[in-house]
Amino acid sequence: MISKIKLAPWLATIGLFVFWEVVCRLFSVPEFILPTPSASIAAMIEYWPAIWQNAFYTFWVTMVGFALAVIFGLALGLVTGASAVVYSAIYPLLVGFNSIPKVAIVPVLVVWFGIGTIPAILTAFTISFFPIVVNVATGLATLEPELKDVLRSLGARKIDILLKVGVPRSMPYFFASLKVAVTLAFVGTVISETVAGNAGMGHLMLTASSSFRVPLVFAGLLVIAAMGVGMYVVFVLVERRFVGWAFRGGDNG
Amino acid sequence: MTAFVELEQVTMTYGGPGIDTVPAVADASLTIKQGEFVAMVGPSGCGKSSLLKIVSGLMPADKGITRVAGEPVTRPLTMVGMAFQNATLLPWRTTLENVLLPLEVSRTHRGSFRRKKAEHLETARALLKTVGLEGYEDHAPYELSGGMQQRASLCRALIHAPDLLLLDEPFAALDAFTREELWGVLQDLWMQRKFTVILVTHDLREAVYLADRVYVVSKRPGRIVYERPIPLARPRTLESTFDQDFVDLVHKLRDHIGEVRAS
Ligand SMILES: Nc1ncnc2c1ncn2[C@@H]1O[C@H](COP(=O)(O)OP(=O)(O)O)[C@@H](O)[C@H]1O
Ligand SMILES: [Mg+2]
Repeated sequence: MISKIKLAPWLATIGLFVFWEVVCRLFSVPEFILPTPSASIAAMIEYWPAIWQNAFYTFWVTMVGFALAVIFGLALGLVTGASAVVYSAIYPLLVGFNSIPKVAIVPVLVVWFGIGTIPAILTAFTISFFPIVVNVATGLATLEPELKDVLRSLGARKIDILLKVGVPRSMPYFFASLKVAVTLAFVGTVISETVAGNAGMGHLMLTASSSFRVPLVFAGLLVIAAMGVGMYVVFVLVERRFVGWAFRGGDNG
Repeated sequence: MTAFVELEQVTMTYGGPGIDTVPAVADASLTIKQGEFVAMVGPSGCGKSSLLKIVSGLMPADKGITRVAGEPVTRPLTMVGMAFQNATLLPWRTTLENVLLPLEVSRTHRGSFRRKKAEHLETARALLKTVGLEGYEDHAPYELSGGMQQRASLCRALIHAPDLLLLDEPFAALDAFTREELWGVLQDLWMQRKFTVILVTHDLREAVYLADRVYVVSKRPGRIVYERPIPLARPRTLESTFDQDFVDLVHKLRDHIGEVRAS
């Protein structure tokens, strides 16, 4: 059973690629519409130095934006979740802000900071910030009423309740949000690089598509997807390591 | 034996008077002596949990007088220990750490806990041993059965040696055998320490087994409609629950509950 579960994602991925290859060949889809995976991989090999350089750039820009999102998201989530007043004050603002398409704020960021790295970092930050705040705040705000009663009757200080119960309780929510947030951060970076960048995967793909090198565009997409999956897996492992207790037993608290 | 918990004509409406038209508790009066074990039975939603919240100071009453240990109740009382149907143990803490939580955070105990940590650890281990959890100190809650979690929850309620123990259907979620086992555990703890207990329960046999006195609460708005002393000898045993006087007491209570539900 275990080996089947471990094998399944690989088989599904390979299956998708085979299906894609077969469909393209069967219907003779032109390469500038949808290149086959083999053509995309061939392009990846051919342009590897350029891809590697830009992928590395996109990766670290994403990680800086994501790190900022973790720091500020955790802090704001804790403040928001710990106080009902702050929660109700800030929540509508957060939802409103999250509803703004990030592609619309890139030009503003470019006006403020110029074309380049900083708008990309900030776009990655703004897009991955929201799920972290919401999850941490939810984890804090959903303390069982009975436990709240026990703590209140003991005369526990707010800070003790927060540190000994609230924060550990919200950690599973926090780590769960990191998995989503890190993949969103890549989206943010690539948006910014595409709209207003002079480096990175977004820039590379824009350049490639304007010269109709569509296989190279798809090679770029595959590399971005691979980085997203890789970081997702990293945070699954981090989650297991730090909040393993949340995955056992289950029904109690 | 003096009055330890006193309620006189206490009324409480959620959200304050006038917002919710039917009060949760209305004109409830009762007197509980120090060291007495009292059970409270009544239809669900009748205000039993609300009564416990008033006694513990977690909810203020709108009307009437609430006194505990001779003092009017104006804020949450630290001399109270509480346990519920749901054990609410913290899943990231071991059993022992869960039991110690009240000492770590309590306004009145945290200083002494830091100064005499070893002593308090010993107390907690001894308490866990009394309820039959020796050897499980370092286990996580998910490794304990429902009954064992409830034992740990009782220990957490008692670790700071409260004068008043408030139990809100603590055994309701357990199977019959485990539940009856825990009656014995609770009776032993109480006979050793003689704290005052208010136990809310749906189980009339549980009420008769454990209590010195049983109150029957009416449908919402909750008021005390019947009071029955249980003069059976202690310690009570599971065999004694088949004695005629035990069975008669259960029947008498059942009749009153029937009347309350029908009214
Ligand atoms: N926090 C609350 N806000 C509003 N109404 C409540 C609240 N808690 C309980 N009630 C209502 O008050 C009544 C008494 O509740 P409760 O004391 O929990 O009853 P019991 O414990 O006897 O089942 C119920 O009708 C319930 O719906
Ligand atoms: Mg109740």
